[in-house]
Amino acid sequence: MVTTALTKEQVLGWLSEIADPEIPVVSIQEMGMLRDVNITGDACEVLLTPTYTGCPAMGIIEADIKALLHEKGVANATVKMIYQPAWTTDWMTDEAKEKMRRYGISPPVHSGCGDIFKAEQHVSCPKCGSEDTAVVSRFGSTACKALYKCNTCHEPFEYFKCH
Amino acid sequence: MTREEALFKYTLRLGDNALILSQRLSEWCSYGPILEEDLAMTNFALDLIGRAQAFLGYAAQLEGIGNTEDTLAFRRSERQYYNNQIAELPNGDFGHTMVRQLFISSFEQLLFSQLRNSKDETIAAVAAKTLKEVKYHASHAGDWVIRLGDGTDESSRRVQQAVNAIWPYTAEQFEMDEVDSLLVAEGIAVDLQSLYADWKNHIAAVFAEAKIAMPGECYMQTGSRQGIHTEHLGHLLSEMQYLQRAYPDAKW
Ligand SMILES: [Zn+2]
Repeated sequence: MVTTALTKEQVLGWLSEIADPEIPVVSIQEMGMLRDVNITGDACEVLLTPTYTGCPAMGIIEADIKALLHEKGVANATVKMIYQPAWTTDWMTDEAKEKMRRYGISPPVHSGCGDIFKAEQHVSCPKCGSEDTAVVSRFGSTACKALYKCNTCHEPFEYFKCH
Repeated sequence: MTREEALFKYTLRLGDNALILSQRLSEWCSYGPILEEDLAMTNFALDLIGRAQAFLGYAAQLEGIGNTEDTLAFRRSERQYYNNQIAELPNGDFGHTMVRQLFISSFEQLLFSQLRNSKDETIAAVAAKTLKEVKYHASHAGDWVIRLGDGTDESSRRVQQAVNAIWPYTAEQFEMDEVDSLLVAEGIAVDLQSLYADWKNHIAAVFAEAKIAMPGECYMQTGSRQGIHTEHLGHLLSEMQYLQRAYPDAKW
């Protein structure tokens, strides 16, 4: 049981361990999905925002958060989904993008994504770094990724779409 | 009608449109013409189910009688659904699905661009989120209508047939009723009629590139604002709702 009062920093610290179920090398904090924590007495409310509205990982993340907080002795934990402001890939940290690249997924590079279709013409290969790549399909294994192939090393790879 | 009643009905309609189209698109799962398109259509279905969850969840909260997004989705019968009839039309072939998607997504792109500025914070937030996704849906459908329309004799003929068949269902998207008028005055809803010219110009531009003929004046289907639907919705719901109807409150 928690004997001293919970602090926001403490809870945020714990939650930074929770990985994105679909890209396990990055945490939900690095992805920008973890928005805030509100502590009221012994109650702990975690504010989460979905990457895509229908992201099926959200249910798993919610369960992971509750399980972790339960393990830490927080009995009264809730997770609230917020939509405002809308999640953007600009919230992903540079560190997260680098981890993603090493994992084999080309991270979203263009900030702001004014024109999503222009941004996707300059995607570099996460394996060899070549800029000579081509879109195979704008829609990949999850809503957030597109399928690409590299014309230099000929490896297929996924690109995390600018959003 | 009070402002609260109107807001509930408006949100319900937004949710129903997303839910029913999502169900239709998910029927393509494992039947897509190629793997990439199978993934694309199921990705769209997923975006739409997320949108439906957000709007129906909000509608349930506004209604305040103990419903949830799930009971609204699985316990209402067809006359209690308010989606535009175009969303419930059967998929037909791939070209047919792409034509339906073009008509709907192009409308939704205009709708959500404006709903981003709604005075209702929840609607504005979901609209901003969904708009990013709708841009992909609209661009994808437009690309395919052009590719198939300006393709072989066979693909062009099929796309033209789909356009002619679905066209009478397009005007309903722009119909306004008491709910819309009340909420437009409040700065919450969008004047749907004002979107029509931009929508038609966009469709005309795609058709020009696709070498597809724009249908002429014809009878336009109507009724969904009163819960009147085509014969297809009942069949769709009987499949979608089967589990919750047969085993009420069943959980994963
Ligand atoms: Zn390469």
